[in-house]
Amino acid sequence: MAQVKNRLTPFFENITFERDDNELVLNFGPQHPSAHGQLRLMLHLQQEQIVKAHPDIGYLHRGMEKMAENMIYNEFMPTTDRMDYIASSSNNYGFALAVEKLIGLEVPRRAKVIRMLLLEINRLMSHLFWLATTALDIGAMTVFLFAFREREYLMDIIEGYCGARLTHAAIRIGGVPLDLQDGFLHQLRVFLNKLPQNIKDYEDLLDSNRIWLMRMEEVGVISTEMALSWGCTGPMLRASGVAWDIRKEEPYELYDEVEFNVPYSDKGDNYARYRIYMEEMRESAKILYQCIEMYEKCEKDGQTELMAHAPKYISAPKIDIMTQNYSLMQHFVLVTQGMRPPVGEVYVPTESPKGELGFYINSQGDPYPYRLKLRAPSFWHTGILTDLLPGHYIPDVVSIIGTTNIVFGEVDR
Amino acid sequence: MRAYKPKDNVQAKAYYTDRFYVAPQVPKTAVEEDAVFAADLAAIKAKFAVKEAYIQVEQMVIYINACDIYGVLELMRDELAYTQLSEMSAIDWLAKDNSFEIFYQMLSMTKRKRIRVKYFIQKGEAVDSVEKLFRSADWSEREMFDMFGIEANNHPFMKRILMPYDWEGYPLLKSYPLEGDEFAAWYEVDKIYGKEARDIIGPELRDTARVDSYDSERFARLGHEVPKGTKITGDEPAVSQSYQEEDGVFLIKKLDKESSVIIDDPQR
Repeated sequence: MAQVKNRLTPFFENITFERDDNELVLNFGPQHPSAHGQLRLMLHLQQEQIVKAHPDIGYLHRGMEKMAENMIYNEFMPTTDRMDYIASSSNNYGFALAVEKLIGLEVPRRAKVIRMLLLEINRLMSHLFWLATTALDIGAMTVFLFAFREREYLMDIIEGYCGARLTHAAIRIGGVPLDLQDGFLHQLRVFLNKLPQNIKDYEDLLDSNRIWLMRMEEVGVISTEMALSWGCTGPMLRASGVAWDIRKEEPYELYDEVEFNVPYSDKGDNYARYRIYMEEMRESAKILYQCIEMYEKCEKDGQTELMAHAPKYISAPKIDIMTQNYSLMQHFVLVTQGMRPPVGEVYVPTESPKGELGFYINSQGDPYPYRLKLRAPSFWHTGILTDLLPGHYIPDVVSIIGTTNIVFGEVDR
Repeated sequence: MRAYKPKDNVQAKAYYTDRFYVAPQVPKTAVEEDAVFAADLAAIKAKFAVKEAYIQVEQMVIYINACDIYGVLELMRDELAYTQLSEMSAIDWLAKDNSFEIFYQMLSMTKRKRIRVKYFIQKGEAVDSVEKLFRSADWSEREMFDMFGIEANNHPFMKRILMPYDWEGYPLLKSYPLEGDEFAAWYEVDKIYGKEARDIIGPELRDTARVDSYDSERFARLGHEVPKGTKITGDEPAVSQSYQEEDGVFLIKKLDKESSVIIDDPQR
């Protein structure tokens, strides 16, 4: 029998596209340049106005929670990179912190500072990427080129640190694997000194741009109640009038030692979200300057530890493994069998660039987590489109999807 | 004799556990030690039965009856300022006592506190939807249904969300293998080519870690390379390799080491 090559029938073929009541059903995605990944939207239209929106997700579903149940804890770390792949260190960090809370580890100060440097660089990378792609969706090509240029410098710095540009896996359970490379701080300083002028350039291009304002102002308004009810977090929530930043309210790492502000707005529209991303970049730069100082102080005080000392859970430093028999044996057990955290459960939220990234881990004392739930902010930021899009017009769909800043690695997991 | 493998939990297991190993516990503390949690718990206890309550890793965990969930969350939202449902999902305990554990992760932004509300249901039972209280439960309940097959009563649109709409089986159950079951192996074959082509195409190989050393299309046999698609018998002659250092093929003809520069500043 010859193969019937063309049996792949589209899922929407049983839907009537044009109906008697003048309502048109438009299928948007899952392959659409402005869908930011694999978003599929079923839009019911009256003329150009949307009366019903039905987001459909799952086109990038890889079953990460299932994978986690079948992997030892350290093995899962590179998989977390593939969630929010625009800022992958923040996922690494969320997972590492959750396991550390579970086993009750204290991370050395120098590792904490390096982690904060990485997290804030990731936040800048993510926000620059957001600005670039959203501006491109709206039609501002120049901003796209400018913001990608700056993001490139940050990726170079990260590449120097961990060898990867996108999927970093730069953080380990119990600390960080490496010290900063030579020139890291210098390169970062050079970048940060230029950043205010760069941000001003973007703002000069966008802030009072007539087209930008028309597409942004009073479009996609999310009320405070709606944002809370839909589980919005991060810039989405702060643009809707709630000044809630986990770094500030439930500080982790050394965020209680650095000074920064939490920008928020009570407008709730696209423009408010745009302003929040811009202001957060400035705040991140502020934090980075303080982290550089902290790092230099660590260096001066001779704090060289990068990994926590917990022989039951964490391998000894390489020098011990190479010279001491017992460390080598322990390392061998931890690599082949994996660490066995205590029995219990933990939910640890962190402020990723997109919002609240939470890891729920239920451990039964085995090397494999019994249940691991990934709480990704973008999941709910996609869900809110159901209630947000009706009443808007087709062009607004693109700008609203843009400002929600959803990443599908994270939505589908 | 083949080793016995339990069918109700086919997930990866530790291949060695010491006979005398007793797993330690993540410490639990009494609710009274935190004034805010104690007040919240008293307010919930006044109206609903609370089976167990403790604090673990800075968050309060309470166990309630399954039928009370809507009332408890409504009370927490309206009177105790727990305004956000961050997350909810299930844990599969079917192998242990045929039950599911459902958890709701609540957040109060004014108190800066988080509470995890939990209850057990038996297999085949449905939960009460809290979608009317928190819109975020709309999608999380759908995800829970998709992954565990637990339905939510009074949910407006109880359909699969991540898996294809015509999928069979619930992937996050412990009885569901990591590579997928038989349905998964035939799903795309049936969808693209039709059931009648099963004999020609065969089931999908879903074990991503599988390496077929005779697969000349995807794996190079280093030192014994053969043209693509060649049937490998195993007695292919070794391919001779020559290196530049050993007067082999020259890759760089004129390398002047003196005049080359190493750039150390990427932002030059």
